[in-house]
Amino acid sequence: MKQLILGNAAVARGLYEAGCCIASSYPGTPSTEITEEAAKFPEIYCEWAPNEKVALETAFGASLAGKRAFCGMKHVGLNVAADPLFTMSYTGVNAGLVIAVADDPAMHSSQNEQDSRHYARAAKLPMLEPSDSAEALAFTKLAYELSERFDTPVLLKMCTRVAHSQSVAELSQRQEAPVRPYAKTPQKYVMAPANAVRRHPVVEQRLLDLSAWAETADVNRVEAGSDKSLGILTSSTSYQYVKEACGDRFPILKLGMVWPLPEKLIRDFAAQAERLIIVEEGDPFLEQYCRGLGLAVQGKGLFPLCGELSQNQIGEKLGLPRHVGSALTEELPARPPVMCAGCPHRGLFYTLSQLKCTVLGDIGCYTLGAMPPLSAMDMTLCMGASISGLHGFNKALGQESQGRTVAVIGDSTFVHSGMTGLANVAYNQSNSTVIILDNSITGMTGHQQNPTTGLSLRGDPAGKIDLEALCKAMGIARVRVVDSYDLSACRSAIEEELAAEEPSVIISRRPCVLLKYVKHQAPLSVEKDQCRGCKACMKIGCPAISFREGKAVVDATQCTGCGVCGQLCKFGAMKEGEA
Amino acid sequence: MTTKSIMIVGVGGQGSLLASKLLGHLLMGQGYDVKVSEVHGMSQRGGSVVTYVRYGDKVCSPVIDQGQADAIVSFELLEAARWLRFLKPGGQVVTNTQQIEPMPVITGAAQYPEQLAEKMQAAGAKVDAIDCLSLAQEAGNAKAVNLVLLGRLSHYFDFPENVWQEAIEACVPEKFLDVNKKAFELGKNA
Repeated sequence: MKQLILGNAAVARGLYEAGCCIASSYPGTPSTEITEEAAKFPEIYCEWAPNEKVALETAFGASLAGKRAFCGMKHVGLNVAADPLFTMSYTGVNAGLVIAVADDPAMHSSQNEQDSRHYARAAKLPMLEPSDSAEALAFTKLAYELSERFDTPVLLKMCTRVAHSQSVAELSQRQEAPVRPYAKTPQKYVMAPANAVRRHPVVEQRLLDLSAWAETADVNRVEAGSDKSLGILTSSTSYQYVKEACGDRFPILKLGMVWPLPEKLIRDFAAQAERLIIVEEGDPFLEQYCRGLGLAVQGKGLFPLCGELSQNQIGEKLGLPRHVGSALTEELPARPPVMCAGCPHRGLFYTLSQLKCTVLGDIGCYTLGAMPPLSAMDMTLCMGASISGLHGFNKALGQESQGRTVAVIGDSTFVHSGMTGLANVAYNQSNSTVIILDNSITGMTGHQQNPTTGLSLRGDPAGKIDLEALCKAMGIARVRVVDSYDLSACRSAIEEELAAEEPSVIISRRPCVLLKYVKHQAPLSVEKDQCRGCKACMKIGCPAISFREGKAVVDATQCTGCGVCGQLCKFGAMKEGEA
Repeated sequence: MTTKSIMIVGVGGQGSLLASKLLGHLLMGQGYDVKVSEVHGMSQRGGSVVTYVRYGDKVCSPVIDQGQADAIVSFELLEAARWLRFLKPGGQVVTNTQQIEPMPVITGAAQYPEQLAEKMQAAGAKVDAIDCLSLAQEAGNAKAVNLVLLGRLSHYFDFPENVWQEAIEACVPEKFLDVNKKAFELGKNA
């Protein structure tokens, strides 16, 4: 059956068809839907792990036990999971183990633009790279075959345009993979030095074997072209842009496996074209390999290192006519993402901006607290860095910073990588004030459950971490909870904890306003006679409030009745709505 | 057939995913190769969002580049203007006249531009601008703006009425079907 299917859903379908039994992942755009879609198949046990390292180790354990396993993450997640990844390369697998990593060129929803292909080379692992949904499905199944045949974890590299594009794929039935009985094999699985020393040559031989396989594999294919003045080496979504721009004009070597690379295939392809052009997003990964072979190539000399490629860009560089549209001449106001109307983070960030605090931030929706008019964030780096960064900041500046500097971190991010930072605060005793923004969900990636919500990925009752008890058990004596809709309570909590002479944790607790179970209050409205046009209500950056003809106006379709703006109006002009 | 390209643009949270799902379903049903490219993640939080729908005998790129779109369907006026450079010369804009102020306008750092429909026309686009929000409310639900827009868009395709109806029935949940069918009709006849 043919179906129009999202790239990530196609990977999930591939997991299903390949007989995958266990999936453990951490959500991250653009990878999240793989595991969400996989969870729709009852045959696959799926879970959200606290972070990518735990997820990958879980998947490894399942593979060791003999069942086909999967782990999915975004590109920066692989940094977190890199520790087990590199040694898994030595142990190999029992049942097939596939790791999907989704890059985000142009950073649609990410903090950097790193190119995951380097991990394949560095960890000496095979990496498949699909260019559409049909390949996403087929390559996932192929990845399991390769994993078991060559005794290796296999990386499946996605990118935003493959992960989040729907295209047509042919679906087939699930084929159960026989369980591979676990047998104690310490020389393979106990990576103490004596064993690891013996495993390293196995890894090197495996790369040679995989390279030999890659020479004739169907996934690496030459497409003939009529014009031999140049040949194009490409993969992934770049291949689709090349086809769009050039059609069948130039010969193309389309790589489905980007590590290890087929040396002879590339040399032969290069020999039959006058000029070899490499079209790849991100770093000059294929280009440097080819240069290492001594081939004369053009790549990043033509195409940018930063951002995504496009058909126009490629066509232009290859001397083909480009499409031109007509824009308006005037500059249009930008529309950056904003905190939603009724977002429980808003009141807290407003208070931090009023108190002129230095705010070390973290990864999640609340990064939007950095945007005007709140502008209440000084740093965002990676998952968990708010707390460890604050500890270092306060160790460096002491009295100078500790009374006016805070860390803000979401509930899911805290469990992911913030707990270890808090352990450092408690152990090495910095007078740090940490604010956990507990909105009872993993928000930015589209509402995934986490270890603090009490629900599993599929929404069933699950274990639930008690954040207050956890922080206390870690050695933080001052732990308090505030409702972020209550501005005066937020203010006094932050002032008191900053003044305290010991570490403290404030848990700002209110569920995300977009959660289905959260009941919205009736929208507020502005009493025009009472509004003096002072714009105090505009300082919270609520998308539901605008200013027309000298007065504030509330958009009733967006307002959730949170009432934060009403607390700022000195003239009582914000009227609560009637339910 | 050469590949045709439709962009669906709007403000994150306005529900453009239903519109692209419905178009994708309809075009698949007509035997075309189809690609639909969506945006997830950060931009969905009230930012500018775009979905690309492409169909033909064989579609390669999942995205539409500048000067490639046959039509832009916009949930919001400023967003139609923002993406105009992606429209082919003489291409069709179908837009809601609703104006949603972006944060720089709310904070007073910028002004919402005036007479955008006229300016787009002056730039060479064919512009069909209708008040979809009012029509959606008339149909019974402000969220049915996407079906009003699709109803309007149906003018520019040669597909028979029953093809659209079948796609609506396949993609819209049962309990919202009546409202959405009405919204489609109101958009079509606006």
